[in-house]
Amino acid sequence: MADGIKSLTKEDLVPRNADHIVHFVAPVVMVIASFLGYAVLPIGRNMILANLNSGLLYFFAAGSMVELAVFMAGWSSRSKYSLLGAMRAVAQMISYEIPLVLASVVVIMAVGSLSTVDIVNAQATYNHTLAHWFVFTPWGLTGFLLFMVAACAESNRSPFDLPEGESEIIAGYFIEYSGFKFALFFLAEYLGMIATSALAITLFLGGWSAPFSFLGFIPSWAWFFGKLLVIICTFIWVRGTFPRLRMDQLMGLAWKFMLPMTLWNLIVVGVWHFMAVGVVRWLVCAAMIVIPWMLLSRGLRQEKKLQVRTYRFAE
Amino acid sequence: MSPLTGCILLSALLFSIGLAGALTRRNAILVLIGIELMLNAANLNFIAFWRYGPNPAALTGIMFTIFSISIAAAEAAVGLGLILAIYRHQKTTDLDEMNSMKG
Amino acid sequence: MTALFLILAAMTIAGTAAAMSLRNAIHCILALTVGLVGFALLFLQLNAQFVGFTQVLVYVGAVAILAVFAIMMTRGDGSHPQPAFSKTWFVGGGIAAVVFAVLAWAILSHPAMGQVATEPAEITVNQIGDALMHRYVVPMEIMGLLLTAALIGAVVLAMPGKQEQP
Repeated sequence: MADGIKSLTKEDLVPRNADHIVHFVAPVVMVIASFLGYAVLPIGRNMILANLNSGLLYFFAAGSMVELAVFMAGWSSRSKYSLLGAMRAVAQMISYEIPLVLASVVVIMAVGSLSTVDIVNAQATYNHTLAHWFVFTPWGLTGFLLFMVAACAESNRSPFDLPEGESEIIAGYFIEYSGFKFALFFLAEYLGMIATSALAITLFLGGWSAPFSFLGFIPSWAWFFGKLLVIICTFIWVRGTFPRLRMDQLMGLAWKFMLPMTLWNLIVVGVWHFMAVGVVRWLVCAAMIVIPWMLLSRGLRQEKKLQVRTYRFAE
Repeated sequence: MSPLTGCILLSALLFSIGLAGALTRRNAILVLIGIELMLNAANLNFIAFWRYGPNPAALTGIMFTIFSISIAAAEAAVGLGLILAIYRHQKTTDLDEMNSMKG
Repeated sequence: MTALFLILAAMTIAGTAAAMSLRNAIHCILALTVGLVGFALLFLQLNAQFVGFTQVLVYVGAVAILAVFAIMMTRGDGSHPQPAFSKTWFVGGGIAAVVFAVLAWAILSHPAMGQVATEPAEITVNQIGDALMHRYVVPMEIMGLLLTAALIGAVVLAMPGKQEQP
């Protein structure tokens, strides 16, 4: 907080060669795009800004504007480092947007609605004492894990923070920004992280609903913010734990592992939908996920034989 | 002037802007963008006729627009791929300089 | 003809006109996104929520980024200046002006334009999904095939050929 206020008073430096208008507009667009997504997130029972009929689509549409803002920031600075950072960031965000969206499609299939309110309402029912959260189903758990990895990459957090890898390209696309504009980028990064975490809670962790029916006396918004706090702490914990990925590992993870798994998850949720309720359904779906998961990760590992690395440079 | 007339006039103007861009720009990528704009203007027509037409429950305009958007996306991907392939051969995206068919 | 419609129309026209006339190709794409967002807002104003959001997702999120990447890869970002318009620009501009004049004349002289429905139709995503899965299922399957073909085709086209490897 003090840092944010301090940054207001700092000098605002703009490089002489920079494209002044685009350089100014980029952080503004980024913050606006990050704020737009919050309109459709229910933070408690009947606590939502806009219950849109196609709420999830709206969230992803708002999120896709961030990519353009990142590119504007990197390009307008006219610096090689910031341009490289922006290209990395945009390529990464586009690649991980596909698993992010596909991982949430399973929930849409199960609920039959794009409205975030309907999605939470479908999870806020109780079977004996346990809630119907989607994370308690095999496909829901898989979807949740894939969604969290994609969300981590989407918000450029460590271990997916190549766009701002200090050791290679100093600070990425916002290297030429200073003062308040830099604070805006920082704000936008955290806003994006909180928004995707809140979406993960809405989709898989039952939104504002309590996990057990006897805990229903605690207010709904307290549940929501409690879950949000846990997820944000996990993000920070992951950031401190894992080393940074290499660029080819990053792209390989998105296209060779996460994309096939999310597509397979769609088939599993279809099977789940048409089988009778019971333990058998749970076991069959779990087997349908675990076996391809093992085969896919084994297959990918065998591909990596030790060999002399060849480098290909951009033309 | 009724709202429908306004929408259709606007769409005609946007179509002409896209056409002018596609016919006059030298950069091949911007020519492609001009074509995209023309497609978008047509989409606006579909939506306007759906909204103000006699039978909105039939959803025909919406469906046509959805299909048109997906075709436009496919067209953009293939078109930009072609431009990249040409650039690799000729080292230019200037349409006035792309005057030989020999690779 | 509300004030909202006029503002959105002005935004869309300004964005697209700038996209087609600016010198720097990257500026053109950025202006284009303003125009595309204007299109999306126009769709929203005409009660087509689903199409409006799809427009933003597809055009701003994918097509504009793709075009920007293509411009960077072909070095068209203003570092090698070339004239923006072709030598025969007046012919193209003239054709566009004539097309607009004919279209406007046809629109304004058509008698059916005055008779419009005033009640907006409330369309939910469920209805769109039902229509896609029942009445329009064949076009949707063909679209899926087309998109797959386009994906593979674009990859094959953009991949550097073997003989060109240094």
